[in-house]
Amino acid sequence: MATMTATAPRTANTSSPGVLLPAYSLWVREIVRFYRQKARVVGVIASPLLFWIVLGSGFAHSFSSGDSHSNSGHYLAYFFPGSVVMIVLFTAIFSMMSLITDRNEGFLLSVLASPASRSAIVLGKVLGGATLAAIQGIIFLAFGPLVGAHLSPEAIGLSALVIVLISFELTALGFAIAWPMDSTQAFHAVINLLLIPLWLGSGALFPVNSASGWLRFCMLLNPLTYGVEALRSSLFPGTQTAFPMQVNLAVTVVFCLLTFGASWAIVNRRTNRPAA
Amino acid sequence: MATLSPRPAPAKTGTGLKGGSIGDTGYAPIQLENLSHNYGNRQALDALTFTVEPAEIFGLLGPNGSGKTTLFRILSTLMVPSGGHAKIQGFDVAREPNKVRQQIGIVFQAKSVDVKLTVAENLKHQGHLYGLSGSKLNARIQEVLSRVGLSDRTKDYVETLSGGMQRRVELAKGLIHAPSVLLLDEPSTGLDPGARRDLWQYLKMLRDDERVSILVTTHLMEEAEHCDRLAILNEGKLVALGSPFDLKSAIGGDVVLFETASEDGAAKLAKRMAEQFEVQAVVLGRTVRLERPDGHRFITGVVEAFPGEIEGVSVAKPSLEDVFIQRTGHRFWAEAKEEE
Repeated sequence: MATMTATAPRTANTSSPGVLLPAYSLWVREIVRFYRQKARVVGVIASPLLFWIVLGSGFAHSFSSGDSHSNSGHYLAYFFPGSVVMIVLFTAIFSMMSLITDRNEGFLLSVLASPASRSAIVLGKVLGGATLAAIQGIIFLAFGPLVGAHLSPEAIGLSALVIVLISFELTALGFAIAWPMDSTQAFHAVINLLLIPLWLGSGALFPVNSASGWLRFCMLLNPLTYGVEALRSSLFPGTQTAFPMQVNLAVTVVFCLLTFGASWAIVNRRTNRPAA
Repeated sequence: MATLSPRPAPAKTGTGLKGGSIGDTGYAPIQLENLSHNYGNRQALDALTFTVEPAEIFGLLGPNGSGKTTLFRILSTLMVPSGGHAKIQGFDVAREPNKVRQQIGIVFQAKSVDVKLTVAENLKHQGHLYGLSGSKLNARIQEVLSRVGLSDRTKDYVETLSGGMQRRVELAKGLIHAPSVLLLDEPSTGLDPGARRDLWQYLKMLRDDERVSILVTTHLMEEAEHCDRLAILNEGKLVALGSPFDLKSAIGGDVVLFETASEDGAAKLAKRMAEQFEVQAVVLGRTVRLERPDGHRFITGVVEAFPGEIEGVSVAKPSLEDVFIQRTGHRFWAEAKEEE
């Protein structure tokens, strides 16, 4: 670029950016943005901690009355995997809400008008959100020993894997929901109507086997149930779960693929509507 | 002012530089052919046909709702037109959007920078989207930032910059991949006069030094005056095309305005003037407007002929607004008519 003369090339000299470089860039942006907003970091760690301690201690009494060998420590332990999943859910929700603000602020417009492929956008955004969610969830594991989780290297590795899978499926689900939306208010409605119930009915608060009738049926249909179960088995190897670990992991992986596939399809769908 | 000077002569080409695989093959950087678009029943663009030449600043002038934004979205590959074709550097915007995207730099009216990132981070991200990376990208970032005068703000968060500086980051973003065609949507929105002047100086430099073809949408007459050529849009139709100077010259002579006391008075005056002086006058509210080669002499005649009916008179050289009124029969800012 030393010579800025009238003989400069008349057509731009760029090659196709591929998928990985733009996806990497969007992934980095997601993480950098998160840690620059301190309130977000605090909120996402502190609120599940608060829920865990307050809800866990509160429920512990009502649950222990009926159960002979239960005490308050047991319920806090029972509730622990659910709390980890809640952190993951919150982080996933918040990072996908950024998709809507990106759209409204015009940032997304400049990405859509660039030669970066739509697949790069899904990949970068979902991986970015999932990375954040997984990091927060894994950090929360540090509280595990307080409630008797035996954190051997294998248990940590297995738990981390499950957390990564749950982070990915929830972020991808959030992406598919947030993409067509243009207001964060509408997204809040979906959170209350779909995402929070998904968590409530996942065995996070009460075991699947203790539910009956339609509730039990719904819980068995809920893909998140299998993620919570998988996390519980890896943190507390001795506990009774409704399904073996292989089933839990398999269902979780399938749900990861389904939600990512849905996001991918929504972004790549041909439309005559204005892109943003 | 530059508006009166002809466009810079096309530079000698055929130098066969490495980058320009297509080079100067004679086609225009932007070509529209019967380009149409409708939203449901509403026709937003009606069979537009024109071209933007290499290394010219081309203005798209029109009031709100004239179709500028629709055209801008189609050219920036964000919307597929419902009829006709638009080509950029020979690539169809609807069929080969990715080829087009590599050629164009876009500066949106809305803010597209990420204010939580630094200036350099924003540009780095933008470069990645265009397949640039590493030291080549870093060098390009430095170069673009020094061009827009932000070299000393590289590490600042965009949210700490003033509105004018943020616009310069937007411009730098649009230029990071050295596009051959630059599209700007209402670029001077929110800029003070000094920043506006800088922007136009910079656009002219891009045109002259790097031979970039620049398309600017605007609803500001004084901004349109800076363009080499203009397309004036009204209700989705092309109503005028040419250099600001040619368009104004075509009106011929002076623009004369007569103010009257009421709208009825204006209508009556126009009718009687038409009978007595054999002129075509347009009524715009309480004002009667017409064009005459000998404005001053004409006024005296009219004022003597209709004493008491005229409250004010003005004579002026034609402006771009006069071009618009002449071609459409209504004022630039008049409410867009309901479709007939």
